[in-house]
Amino acid sequence: MSTGLLFALVGAALFPLGAAGLLLQRHLLRRILAFNLMGSGAFLVLVGLAQRQDVPDPVPQAMVLTGIVVAVAATALALALTRRLHALTGRLELPEAAHD
Amino acid sequence: MIDAQQAALVGLILLPLASGAAAFLLGPGRGAGLCIASQAAALFFALQLADSVLAGDIARHRIGGWGAPLGIDLTADGLAAAMLLLTQAVALPLALYARAYFRPDSAEVRYFWPLFGLLLAGLNALFVSTDLFNLYVTLELVGLAAVGLVGIGGGALQIAAALRYLFATLLGSGAYLLGVALIYGAYGSVAVASLTPLVAAEAPTLVGLAAGLMLLGLLLKTALFPCHYWLPPAHGGAAAPVSALLSALVVKASFYLILRLWLGPLAPLTASHPLLPWLPALLGAGAILWGSWQAIRAPRLKTMIAYSTVAQLGYLFLIFPLLGTPGGRAAGILHAVAHGLAKAAMFTAAGVLIKATGQDRIAALAGAAQQLPLTLFAFGLAGVTLMGLPPSAGFLAKWQLLDAALGQGYWGIVLITLSGGLLAAVYVFRVLRQAFLLTSSKTTVAPVPRTLEWTAFGLAGASLLLGLRGVELVELLAVWGWE
Amino acid sequence: MKRFGIGGAALLLALALGYAMLELGPARLDLRPAVAAHLADSGVRHPVTAVLLNYRGYDTLLEVAVLLLALFAILAVTPPGPARRPAPADPLLQMLARLAVPLMLVASFYLLWAGAFRPGGAFQAGAVLAAALVLLHLTGQLPGWPTPGALLRGGLAAGLLVFLGVAAALLIEGSLLQYPPAWAGRLILLIEFCLTGSLGLILAGLFLFLCQAEGERR
Repeated sequence: MSTGLLFALVGAALFPLGAAGLLLQRHLLRRILAFNLMGSGAFLVLVGLAQRQDVPDPVPQAMVLTGIVVAVAATALALALTRRLHALTGRLELPEAAHD
Repeated sequence: MIDAQQAALVGLILLPLASGAAAFLLGPGRGAGLCIASQAAALFFALQLADSVLAGDIARHRIGGWGAPLGIDLTADGLAAAMLLLTQAVALPLALYARAYFRPDSAEVRYFWPLFGLLLAGLNALFVSTDLFNLYVTLELVGLAAVGLVGIGGGALQIAAALRYLFATLLGSGAYLLGVALIYGAYGSVAVASLTPLVAAEAPTLVGLAAGLMLLGLLLKTALFPCHYWLPPAHGGAAAPVSALLSALVVKASFYLILRLWLGPLAPLTASHPLLPWLPALLGAGAILWGSWQAIRAPRLKTMIAYSTVAQLGYLFLIFPLLGTPGGRAAGILHAVAHGLAKAAMFTAAGVLIKATGQDRIAALAGAAQQLPLTLFAFGLAGVTLMGLPPSAGFLAKWQLLDAALGQGYWGIVLITLSGGLLAAVYVFRVLRQAFLLTSSKTTVAPVPRTLEWTAFGLAGASLLLGLRGVELVELLAVWGWE
Repeated sequence: MKRFGIGGAALLLALALGYAMLELGPARLDLRPAVAAHLADSGVRHPVTAVLLNYRGYDTLLEVAVLLLALFAILAVTPPGPARRPAPADPLLQMLARLAVPLMLVASFYLLWAGAFRPGGAFQAGAVLAAALVLLHLTGQLPGWPTPGALLRGGLAAGLLVFLGVAAALLIEGSLLQYPPAWAGRLILLIEFCLTGSLGLILAGLFLFLCQAEGERR
């Protein structure tokens, strides 16, 4: 098995793990970490699967750089919102969905 | 140099991007005039583009001159031109409305205009991109701008709604990104033009998984029942101009992408099983019934309108079994356009009511019609479009839908469409009945800028009158540019 | 119940993905020859930089907009307040930070310059710049940022505006971001230079603008 394919397989395991964490965890920091795990899984698949013959491919590498910056932006926004929620309510969990 | 059509295509992306950044440069709360001017120019560009596309000339632009698959291509065909036109036609009145709605010194307006500019840039870029990875970047631009706009109020409820929305939208775009990664791995390209023949020739299991992940992620971003949990707090809790932008435009962007992928590069997969289109249709039917029921029960005006959005999004998915017929396709987009205008009108009217009465419980609206007749009239006209009564664009959309469904003998779709219209009538009339109640005690109403009332009325009028220009819209939609 | 449902679905997805990856044949298209063939005209010698700033430069333009957008959103949800300065750190740490910052500036310049022919570029250089600012803040030598003034706003938006300006100006050549080969290298360097400064400020801002909200709870 090539290194690239191994990366892709690890990514394929990380993505569902992160997605499940994002859905199941309640603590906001854990959910943000889960999102980052999920994103890393997708990046590993993007780079690894394209290089499964172990020949470097610059196109997915550039895409992953773009993706990382987007993930950084999203993480920063999530952290800022979490801090704000904590400052306002003293809680680090989302309130239960109210139906009115 | 480039021709006028390409200038319009590129201008629709660059103009809002530049105006958003420039509004930030001007300082907190500034830049309203700039953004309004840029939106007016964008509306002109969109009209020009739609005009040339209607003449059969599809706009194409190869960024960097490379051409797909090495570079990124932009394409505006009839469907894209229609969505661009809807976006600018809704955004310009909403920009005027927002300028009058926010007090100049309020905390909400500090970074509204930069976020507004970048949201519009993201939407326009999404409608014309033909590169799956570039579409991911535009999706994130739209999603993060929308989350930021929900949070501008800064209250605990809005922050919580923004966070819930953020996690939903990130999960959705994450799934989409994984799908794109798998497609690149399988074919070595993410350009639609090169993917379409490759998928038609051979689709390994992995591509089926990729298609599922991309479509599911986008369904979550479109808030299709039962993935709608994040929508009511976000759309119901945001400031009125923001709610209008989100309900009218942002959810339509991911729907547009679903439709594009379903009929475009993923068509060989989605057509592989005759029962597959019934899955979104079934969820759509569920959305119509559940959303309407929740709208009927909602005690607050904006929550009611937000649940109405959940319901109306259902129609967009009801058309999937009918996509083989031209009528079914047109019905979906006509409905997206009609709902966009009507829902923007409804949220802006609700904003006026809330600003005037100082609260948003439907039960406390009694007597509002005497004080704000124009606003209630706008609300009623928007309701006519949602119910699908003639001569509104909503009627035209439902007519096309019923016609296509009857042609195929799909009675279930006919039944759901008709009962959805009746349910819409129930929740619209519930508000109107309350507002038209004569009250003995004079309800105190704060003065409201006239601009607010007139923009709501203008949007509602547009949703009604669009029905008269529906033929041109259907002709426009027939120009298909994604090969 | 919900736990098992989602967990089971995740496990199934992982297994299905793994299985489908193992049975996948070679990709039909290969962009590597195309990337290499046009490298001479791209203005840079490193293929990843060529993809990032030339072939798919439009992605990068939108990505800079996403980063700036995140900053707008953070500023929008954070109420304006006075800037805070953390307690000064141990004098030894302070001195080490002061020694490290000039070195980090040099490293940042090197990364920017090296991007043309080896791994590096504006984002990496900007990240080092941002780290230097955050380091100064953490050792108590740089206060958190209040609501940005005109100068800082200019610095934050300059990268996007210059990129946008170059992209629009190149419409003369026939399309957005169509670099003439003779000028490509210089224009890309100009964009990267401005991006480095702005990205450094934006990334530092993601941290430093939040330092003002601290302490005011309810």
